[in-house]
Amino acid sequence: MVNKATRKTDNMIGKDLWNIQLDNNGNLKHLLTIEGLSTEMLTSILDTAETFAGVNESVKKVPLLRGKTIVNLFFEASTRTRTTFELAAKRLSADVLNINISTSATSKGESLLDTLRNLEAMQCDMFIVRHESSGTAHFIANHVAPHISVLNAGDGRHAHPTQALLDMFTIRRNKGADFGKLRVAIVGDLLHSRVARSQIHALNILNTGEIRVVAPKTLLPKDIEQMGVSVYHDIQSGIKDADVVIMLRLQKERMQGALLPSEQEYFQLYGLTEERLKAAKPDAIVMHPGPINRGVEIDSTVADGPQSVILNQVTYGIAVRMAVMSMTLGSHSTSDDKQRKSS
Amino acid sequence: MSRLLIQNGRVIDPANNLDQVTNIYISDGKIFAVGDACEGFQADQTIEATGHYVIPGIVDICARLREPGLEYKADIASETVAATSAGITTLCIPPDTDPVIDEPAVVELIHRKVKNAGHANVVALGALTLGLKGEYLSEMAALKTAGCVGLSNARSPVHNTLVISRAFEYAATHNMTVFIEANDPWLSNKGCAHEGPVSTRLGLPPIPYSAETASIAHYLELITDTNVRAHFCRLSCARSVEMINQAKTMGLNVTADVSAHQLHLTEMDISSFNSQCHVIPPLRNQRDRDALRTGISHNILSAICSDHQPHEIDAKQAPFPATEPGISALETLLPLTLRLVNDGQMNLTTAISKLTKEPAEILGINRGTLSQNAAADICIINPATEWTLDANSLISQGRNTPFHGWNFTGKVSQTLIDGKVIYSAN
Repeated sequence: MVNKATRKTDNMIGKDLWNIQLDNNGNLKHLLTIEGLSTEMLTSILDTAETFAGVNESVKKVPLLRGKTIVNLFFEASTRTRTTFELAAKRLSADVLNINISTSATSKGESLLDTLRNLEAMQCDMFIVRHESSGTAHFIANHVAPHISVLNAGDGRHAHPTQALLDMFTIRRNKGADFGKLRVAIVGDLLHSRVARSQIHALNILNTGEIRVVAPKTLLPKDIEQMGVSVYHDIQSGIKDADVVIMLRLQKERMQGALLPSEQEYFQLYGLTEERLKAAKPDAIVMHPGPINRGVEIDSTVADGPQSVILNQVTYGIAVRMAVMSMTLGSHSTSDDKQRKSS
Repeated sequence: MSRLLIQNGRVIDPANNLDQVTNIYISDGKIFAVGDACEGFQADQTIEATGHYVIPGIVDICARLREPGLEYKADIASETVAATSAGITTLCIPPDTDPVIDEPAVVELIHRKVKNAGHANVVALGALTLGLKGEYLSEMAALKTAGCVGLSNARSPVHNTLVISRAFEYAATHNMTVFIEANDPWLSNKGCAHEGPVSTRLGLPPIPYSAETASIAHYLELITDTNVRAHFCRLSCARSVEMINQAKTMGLNVTADVSAHQLHLTEMDISSFNSQCHVIPPLRNQRDRDALRTGISHNILSAICSDHQPHEIDAKQAPFPATEPGISALETLLPLTLRLVNDGQMNLTTAISKLTKEPAEILGINRGTLSQNAAADICIINPATEWTLDANSLISQGRNTPFHGWNFTGKVSQTLIDGKVIYSAN
């Protein structure tokens, strides 16, 4: 047997995956993954988001992060996520810098660490990172200067925690705070989905009654049931009596990887139509992290129908991201900042 | 010429079923005799080995020294020094250098560098196909004459099965062993972690068991057909051990090895995106690790190797999938193996056999033994020394190890090559 106590080494090893997210007082320092966060922490983020939801509707701007500089560091294309992060930062009065790395430094051969060092030198307070490789946000959090917070805006297939939080926020607004009585079905390409992984963690932490995943075997990662979900290959039984149906985007390139025969067959078997949705509870809500492929994973009549909350998700995304930003930057803010916040 | 006596050590030589406290007499760089007395032997130098293990120098069946081609990572001089400090006296290098070892000139270049460095012995595998491209046969006979001890296509796939089959037939013609790193590139599909709960949770591109096992099955049929002598390198799956066992039972001329890290680490070790544990083949689960250990202790697997892959710091400083796989492993080969002995996982003689006699036999070299007239390559170990590995103190140019901070018992105190003390701890 390997002796656990003898196994410590440099930067990352020995620290649990999620523990680096919290500072010594248990406050949120980074948000890298939902995994390992407490029920209290998740609830507290959602509660804080609730206070910001009002800001969005009427006041539009609060001075919580005045003087802070937030960098949107996107190594992968994104419209909604980057825009809502930017809006959230601006509504908190922070300065925002958008950097699209795929067209700048790394294509000139600069390493990720060099890019970080340069940005650090510009006195930034927060990096919001999206990258195609799983583990990038953790890598960055392990290597940045101690005063910088890192928010994961999507790393490979690993995690997209703010998306999962805004989804929980949407569910809570529509179905109430007691997740124990809810049955949630996630349908589609779970293999490649960081959103689904983060949603599954969040739903489990909030003690959701039942979590189902629905997909053909080619789109399910191995041993996914060990994440605390039940597996269905048939959408009819998968969404039966569900309170929440979450549809995932199907990328066109999945046909090339021999994961599926065609979009048509996928829609026939897994596409959410009005007819199919009848299997869910009559008051079930339909969610989608976007962007939607109409006629591939979801029918327009459902996407635009009365049970769809897809656009609400986008709106709530701003409040949730404001909550996460204020909590992470707030956890190591000056006393001056704290006073301002409490007043 | 010089005469050396190593006295009162616990001499363990699996090749001769020897495990007793006795003396070794060395003359002209060769083992002159092993025993309590040797009439008329006048030693010029005596090494007192009371309380120490005296074993044949370790034969590491797979180590990448990065030269020629990747000298910014390490070179023959730096790595052969690291090897002798860890009791390794012979290293076998795969042909995937740059240039590839597919012609005698490259072998000669390597031999010259090794000679100039003056530390561990180095033997090379020649490329099975020209440039490792899987299209044309290499000049196997010429490579053999130049000193290559076997043939391999390393990690490069040979897509055309007919080419593999003919390469095996041609290798068999020249009585050469083929070394196979079993991997189906379509199934491993640029993955970086074992397909299982950890890769699923971390969203890392997975490598299924079948990437290794389907490839082994494929090769076993070709080995059966061509009757070539084959060695499977770096197994990672329980099922692979089973398949090798069956093949041996059926009388096929196959052997296999495992890297020391596969006997200790599992997929759980990557669960914090620890890039030091990014290795190929990937770390599997505990069941696989236990099956590999059993494979060694039940003599299904013949050798434990380092699978040494030194890297510069930057190679591991990136998000996990973007890091380069491999461990700087020369200096943990013996410690990790002794750790299994100390933990009661295998007996000492078996462990030493897997590091000396058996890998030497697979390579067909007259080393890894203390038989009379064998080269006096010897490793003397103080089995009681307790120490902690510090990655920054590795002698190898590569400091990439997941074993930083591990506690070990037993350390090399002296290493001899051809009867000369080439490393001494003090």
